[in-house]
Amino acid sequence: MKYTGKVIVLGLVLALGACTNANRFGGPGAGGTDPNAGFGAGDPLNSTGIDQSSLGAGSPEYFRQTIGDRVLFAVDQSTLSDSARTTIAAQAQWLIQNPSYTAIIEGHADEQGTREYNLALGERRASSARQYMVAQGVDAGRLRTVTYGKERPIEVCSTEACYAKNRRAVTVIAAGLGS
Amino acid sequence: MTPIRALLAALTLLGLPFTVAPSLAQDGPLRIDITEGVIEPLPFAVPDFVAEDPAGGEYAARLSQVIADDLAGTGLFRQIGSDAFITQITSFSPSVDYASWKAINAQALITGAVSATADGRLTVKFRVFDVFSEAQLGEGLQFGGTTTAWRRMAHKVADAVYSRITGEGAYFDSRVVFVSETGPKDDRRKRLAIMDYDGANVQFLTGDGSIVLAPRFSPTGDRILYTSYETGFPQIYQLDVGSVQRVPLPVPGDSMTFAPRYAPDGQTVVFSAASGGNTDIYRLRPGGTPERLTTSPSIETAPSYSPDGAQLVFESDRSGTPQLYIMPANGGEPRRISFGDGRYGTPVWSPRGDLIAFTKQNAGRFHIGVMRTDGSEERLLTASFLDEGPTWAPNGRVLMFMRESSGAGGQSSLYTVDISGRNLKKVPLDGAASDPAWSPLLK
Repeated sequence: MKYTGKVIVLGLVLALGACTNANRFGGPGAGGTDPNAGFGAGDPLNSTGIDQSSLGAGSPEYFRQTIGDRVLFAVDQSTLSDSARTTIAAQAQWLIQNPSYTAIIEGHADEQGTREYNLALGERRASSARQYMVAQGVDAGRLRTVTYGKERPIEVCSTEACYAKNRRAVTVIAAGLGS
Repeated sequence: MTPIRALLAALTLLGLPFTVAPSLAQDGPLRIDITEGVIEPLPFAVPDFVAEDPAGGEYAARLSQVIADDLAGTGLFRQIGSDAFITQITSFSPSVDYASWKAINAQALITGAVSATADGRLTVKFRVFDVFSEAQLGEGLQFGGTTTAWRRMAHKVADAVYSRITGEGAYFDSRVVFVSETGPKDDRRKRLAIMDYDGANVQFLTGDGSIVLAPRFSPTGDRILYTSYETGFPQIYQLDVGSVQRVPLPVPGDSMTFAPRYAPDGQTVVFSAASGGNTDIYRLRPGGTPERLTTSPSIETAPSYSPDGAQLVFESDRSGTPQLYIMPANGGEPRRISFGDGRYGTPVWSPRGDLIAFTKQNAGRFHIGVMRTDGSEERLLTASFLDEGPTWAPNGRVLMFMRESSGAGGQSSLYTVDISGRNLKKVPLDGAASDPAWSPLLK
């Protein structure tokens, strides 16, 4: 193991966040206060770009905030839009460049639709994102999917403005397992 | 026509064409003064049960109250309060003063007695009288049990009265498993709970550390299937109600599994498994491995068995929108049964076999509805921002479902409604609740 204890702890925090609420992922305490937190991911290929005053390009924070961890879907759809493909392609490049991480792709639905159908729809969305990421060259073994159906909305109003943000696939970076 | 027979006739009309009441079916004149869809509830009196000893006295009034609440809660009966009584019932006698009950228009009279022993045994006796016919309706009955089960004994008395007067099966002595909810909409905490059908005696079966969804009773009521995220992924568990011990459903691989339901044999389980962007229906027989029953690339979920176990009704979006289909229980070519506007989901076969209840979404509203098993005679019973997930009362005459209010403060509650669409009522519970599943009638 070439990772520091700090990174392992970071990964655990991230993994816990992924299990409970995507919205909390990467919140305060998940590495954002430590300027070095981003150095944990082995040897980032673009290490020259790392700036001590901001989060490194190899950090999950960078992934979440700069690349973007989520893509949105039309009602009932799991087809990726052009902008979603762009985002996922960038996510894929990050994962290729940071091979010590794995990812869990969460699929979500808005509150329209029944619980069971939305679970299936969320899985379809997560799988759609995963398949595109694999097509971009990410090892399939590093990517898991999970569906939350309509169980974890991030926006709580009951109008299309909120529904649109809840119909999403979120790529949650986790510590590499067994690597 | 006696008033009680008039009620029977009214029920026949109410449930048309679903009610089977052979003894009245040809009794045309009985229906004359009944307007379809409008029923005058049958007035009844249930004087406080007679306490046969001091310990029994503690339960006398409470028993009568639960019986009255059960009957009045159906919307088919109306309680006459004790302040209207002309005479008091002071002994549990087979003869009553009909005139004094006629005078206050009590068409049914329920009398009873209760006694309790020092070691906590309760004995409840009752009789039902058809006041205007001046006759006892059926035989007197006696129930025995522990004092802690006093509400169940009251429900059993009410069940007997309801069945004798309506000709329908009983359902008051039953329980409901559901998901108890706390916390805001974007951080909902969920745990399994169980209650009496009327919202009393809530007990929690799990903690709220993981999301839990859609519990389902076994046909004998001793086990519950549900979906939990305790591993981080949705997976089906089976919980023993008595011991509250749970085990995961043995499904190999890393598919996400949900939407489980027992077959009538109580051993076989059908469920949905999602993997690689496709959700299909699987069957797991005792000691076996999952058998895939559907193979379409579309979403197939929410399977429910016919009471004879021969068929499955389920939800599929193979046509482009979620619709209801029926297929043989071994798999095979599905037949679509829903053809109305909108989207259909969560089909549940009635325990009587005659109807399928469902959730329908159309034009921005949700409905609970019923249709015949061939898809005909669709009737929507409710409408709101979000009504979902019907479950049948053991007698197939009442549905319970969840209703969620809209917006940031949106909360779920449990409601019941008759299959006629009448008598919509909220189940009284402290706190939010969703995903109800009704047990069979308790023994």
